[in-house]
Amino acid sequence: MPVSYFLVLSALLFSVGVYGVLARQNAVLVLLSVELMLNATNINLVAFSAFFQEAGVAGQVFALFVIAVAAAEVGIGLAIVILIFRNRQSVDVDEMSLMKW
Amino acid sequence: MIFALAEEATPGTVAGFATEYMWAVPLLPFLAAVIIGFFGRKMGGKEHYVGIFAVGAGLVMSLIAFAQLAGGNAAVEASYTWFRLDDSLELEFGMNYDFLTGVMFVVVTTISLLVHIYSTGYMHGDKRYTWFYAALSLFTGSMLFLVIANNLMQMFVGWELVGVCSYFLIGHYWEESPNSSAAIKAFITTRIGDVGFLFGIFVLFVATGTFDIIEINHLAEEGELGGSIATIGALLLFCGAVGKSAQVPLHVWLPDAMAGPTPVSALIHAATMVVAGVYLVARMFILFEHAGAALNVVAIVASITMLIAAALALVQDDIKRVLAYSTVSQLAYMMAALGVGAYTAGVFHLFTHAFFKALLFLGAGSLIHAVHSNNMSDMGGLRKYMPHTFKTFIIGSLALAGIFPLAGFFSKDEIVGEAFRAASEETQITAIIVFASAIITAFLTALYMTRACIKTFFGEYRGHGTPHESPPSMVVPLWILAGASLSVGLLGLPVVGPFADWINVPGETRHGFDTLYNIVLPLASVGIAVAAIWLGWVLFYKERRQVDILSTRFAWVYRLLENKYYLDDIYMGGIVRPVQYPLAAFAYWTNQHILDGIVNGTAHATVGAGQGVYGVIDQQVVDAGVNGAAGLTGFSGGLLRYIQTGNVQRYAAFLFIAIAAFVALFGLT
Repeated sequence: MPVSYFLVLSALLFSVGVYGVLARQNAVLVLLSVELMLNATNINLVAFSAFFQEAGVAGQVFALFVIAVAAAEVGIGLAIVILIFRNRQSVDVDEMSLMKW
Repeated sequence: MIFALAEEATPGTVAGFATEYMWAVPLLPFLAAVIIGFFGRKMGGKEHYVGIFAVGAGLVMSLIAFAQLAGGNAAVEASYTWFRLDDSLELEFGMNYDFLTGVMFVVVTTISLLVHIYSTGYMHGDKRYTWFYAALSLFTGSMLFLVIANNLMQMFVGWELVGVCSYFLIGHYWEESPNSSAAIKAFITTRIGDVGFLFGIFVLFVATGTFDIIEINHLAEEGELGGSIATIGALLLFCGAVGKSAQVPLHVWLPDAMAGPTPVSALIHAATMVVAGVYLVARMFILFEHAGAALNVVAIVASITMLIAAALALVQDDIKRVLAYSTVSQLAYMMAALGVGAYTAGVFHLFTHAFFKALLFLGAGSLIHAVHSNNMSDMGGLRKYMPHTFKTFIIGSLALAGIFPLAGFFSKDEIVGEAFRAASEETQITAIIVFASAIITAFLTALYMTRACIKTFFGEYRGHGTPHESPPSMVVPLWILAGASLSVGLLGLPVVGPFADWINVPGETRHGFDTLYNIVLPLASVGIAVAAIWLGWVLFYKERRQVDILSTRFAWVYRLLENKYYLDDIYMGGIVRPVQYPLAAFAYWTNQHILDGIVNGTAHATVGAGQGVYGVIDQQVVDAGVNGAAGLTGFSGGLLRYIQTGNVQRYAAFLFIAIAAFVALFGLT
């Protein structure tokens, strides 16, 4: 199997994530879309690690780091979303424009 | 600071240990000024000790160094390069310590120390006491900096510094507008001369490629700097001297400068700063000698000045103005001496004059302190109340009048003698003019000092309250200066005095004993002074008693005499007035209206031009630029804020678009 299959899959997944981040109105789904983008990069990392064996397992270890950071990120992100919901009874990102001029 | 010692020291002589460190002497008062200026308010009225210590240390160093010079050690020239533009322009801070510098150092530090001490009494309780001492120390440092300069640029820096200190101190009591006007007048008037000085420096630099004083003098002596360019340079330098030393036509500022505190008048406007002009001509004397008619111009200007000023001194009521005009006239004496080539005599008169004029001013300060008025019409009979001031003031007056054996006698006679020598042996026209003016001025000087003494110390007290003698801090400096006025003349004894060995132009031969010059002329000049004192006594004192007897019989005469200001002049001046008063009044009128008018006109024009510049350039051009820049920033900011929606997703969209654009731009090519 050529490496390009994995890269195309990764690109598609990343595009779905981008679409979700930019288009969804529910903050929870925006966070999920971020996870999609992170996983797309994970696919890249693992695929390259498998195809270029001489680099060892560095790519795979890096993927593990990304997963850990993503877990932390989603933890904080959900905490923020819950706080916003408590304050405003809504998680619609279009209404979260506090930093507007 | 690293000073490279000059190699020019005469073979066989070495510089003394103190002379090499004379650059430190100006630094001490500068340091004191900084300390007093920044921390003086916390010293609780003790700040004068800082100044006194700095100047006192300077005096000790000056005396040691001078003793070493006199003992045969070499003069020192050293310098430190401040910056160098390229090989053609190099600016230095340097020192040039020779006999002329040495004499000036002793004079400046001595008078400054005594004035510092005197001021502790005179300025006691003044609300700007700290500021006064800071400015006094700053002035002393600047003056020493000017004197020690080895190049004209440094001298100019010192020159302007003393000018600005003079401005500060004249305007010390700035709450009253005449005082601040006087300060501005002094500053602007001297500035007119300074422009000439600066251009003179430029001319000499273009001609010689150096600012170094010794080198310029040397080139002039060798004949490499000569012709019209040397004349122009020397005359432009003389412009600066005319302004600073209050010569006609720029003398108008000095009498007004008396608005400052009296110790300041003594230090700055009598003994030290105003002689800077004389010092400049003396320092550049070899250039002046080789600069065509320059010395003749000096002599003529000085002759006019000494006559005009001495006549004016006769009609003043303010005692400080009498002394101020006297100072102008005596400065002209020094200039005239230099003008006829009598270098030693001119510098010697500078030296002696500093002591007795400082004495007279400090004495006048003591009187003013006692009667709270500058006017002699508020004084009179003070010899009973203030015996010390009386005795010292009389000593100073006799020294100024040139009575044997006081200091003024030796220096004044030397000038008169040298002028006579130049007039008779070389038949220079200018020397004849100088000689005639000097004789008339000597007569007038004795006359106006007699008048001043009689009006202050004799007769009945005319002021308010009971005057009392000043505190010891003021009387002791008076006696020290009186002692100096009695004795320093001996340094310049003809034939044997050491002064002519110290201060001379290269190649000048010392005159031996001569009956005409050493016996006849001095006797004649003392005779003239004594005659003037006798005449003054008769006119201003003795006849006055006759007036009192006559006044009871002729009440209308009495009433006429009651018309205050010219009481003495109207009646007793029946003989003097037709000759002297209109002349003096005319001179005074010219002084007040025409010369002051020119100065005031210049000031108004400057103010008008300033307002024009403010209205057009500042308000319309500069402000428009600034406001325009601010407006543009605001406008573009207003446009940019529309993309700050606060919508995180839109920010993210911009981010992705930007990254995609960069990838397209750099990644795909």
